[in-house]
Amino acid sequence: MQGKSLVSISDYSKEDYLRILDLAGEFEKNPKQNLLQGYVVATLFFEPSTRTRLSFESAVNQLGGRIIGFAGADSTSVTKGETLRDTIKTVSNYCDMIVMRHPLEGSARFASEVASVPVINAGDGANQHPTQTLLDMYSIRKTQHTLDDLNIFLVGDLKYGRTVHSLLMAMSRFRSTFNFISPPELKMPEEYKIYLDSIGLKYYEHIDFTEIISKADIVYMTRVQKERFSDPIEYERVKNAYILRNEMLANTKETMKILHPLPRVNEITEDVDHNTKAYYFTQTRNGVFTRQAIITSILGIK
Amino acid sequence: MKEKKQLVVSAIKDGTVIDHIPAKLLFNVISILGLDHIQNQITFGSNLDSKKLGSKAIIKVSGIFFAKEDIDRIALVAPQAKINIIRDYGVVEKKTVEVHDTIEGIVRCVNPKCITNNEDVKTKFDVINKYPVRLKCHYCEKITNQNNMEIISSS
Repeated sequence: MQGKSLVSISDYSKEDYLRILDLAGEFEKNPKQNLLQGYVVATLFFEPSTRTRLSFESAVNQLGGRIIGFAGADSTSVTKGETLRDTIKTVSNYCDMIVMRHPLEGSARFASEVASVPVINAGDGANQHPTQTLLDMYSIRKTQHTLDDLNIFLVGDLKYGRTVHSLLMAMSRFRSTFNFISPPELKMPEEYKIYLDSIGLKYYEHIDFTEIISKADIVYMTRVQKERFSDPIEYERVKNAYILRNEMLANTKETMKILHPLPRVNEITEDVDHNTKAYYFTQTRNGVFTRQAIITSILGIK
Repeated sequence: MKEKKQLVVSAIKDGTVIDHIPAKLLFNVISILGLDHIQNQITFGSNLDSKKLGSKAIIKVSGIFFAKEDIDRIALVAPQAKINIIRDYGVVEKKTVEVHDTIEGIVRCVNPKCITNNEDVKTKFDVINKYPVRLKCHYCEKITNQNNMEIISSS
């Protein structure tokens, strides 16, 4: 891992995942350490973000490192037509590591090839967001005390949601059973189902969001995005069919936890927030520890 | 009586013959090789009888010996094609075309939001299936298929 960029969840092996999760556990016990003194991390956010950027910056600050960067490309030379290549080459001279979010897919892989320092992908369009997947895995292991043989329900936009695709790829190494709940127009793409078939893992597809979640260890909710629909009436129908309400949790397992990468719109009602099965806000807190683990591993400090 | 063998497309002295092109792909091959923009003498025939393909096309280009990238371009469009190098009216080398495990710079990524379609970045793909071709973009990780594949023409 040391010195290597993290662009895609498949850049890491199963052993790498476990190493990061163990390390994140150590940071959770002791998040304020002076490990990054003298280090500068650049956070280049060409696109809006609340959680990802702030949790990266919090992770670095708590370890005594310094942050440079921008949130939104408006105040940079990008507005003068500077290419990503030139921006990355320049910023490489100012820091020990680059954390980047960019709207174009593949931009992070490209940046990692141009940069002279390691690059962490904090989201490249609809493609990859590997640190989200690692914090999701950390949250799963922390609440279920294992990653093996879990029954994972993925709900909402399974077609375009980059977090569900990366989570599926990563958790498939731990023999999960998957249940996909989505409207027909936002079904899990064929390529992922072919992949699960090829490695002999079971999955089930459902249109209705019902009692079936009583079997779940993890219910992973996602936002159905308005921009995916050409017909606004269709969007309204779909949006309101995939809402998790508190009364739906009555027959679910005691140990079941609800995850959501956030932001949510209306897909989890607020009465769920008080249920002990709601875990999405703690999940965001875990993002700090997971990112501390990733940053220090790549910098070769841990 | 022995049948007299006659060439439908006349012979060239020096150059390259691309044979066994599926007839319907003739103009694709001409276009991806940029043959419609060069000054050399080119002769071609289409809808010729072929035992293997039923109906084939052949292109003879005088004075040109294709670079590796061009042969890779042919492989992606017409993997059955055969290439003969001609010197002084004789075949000096026969080549079959081959789809390699990685493809660089000759195919456009199908994803309009891919960095390669927005900045000056050379495309690169891992070949995940050869016949029919399925390419996975090294950058955006999206799949480009045979039926939506756009070849970047030779200049």
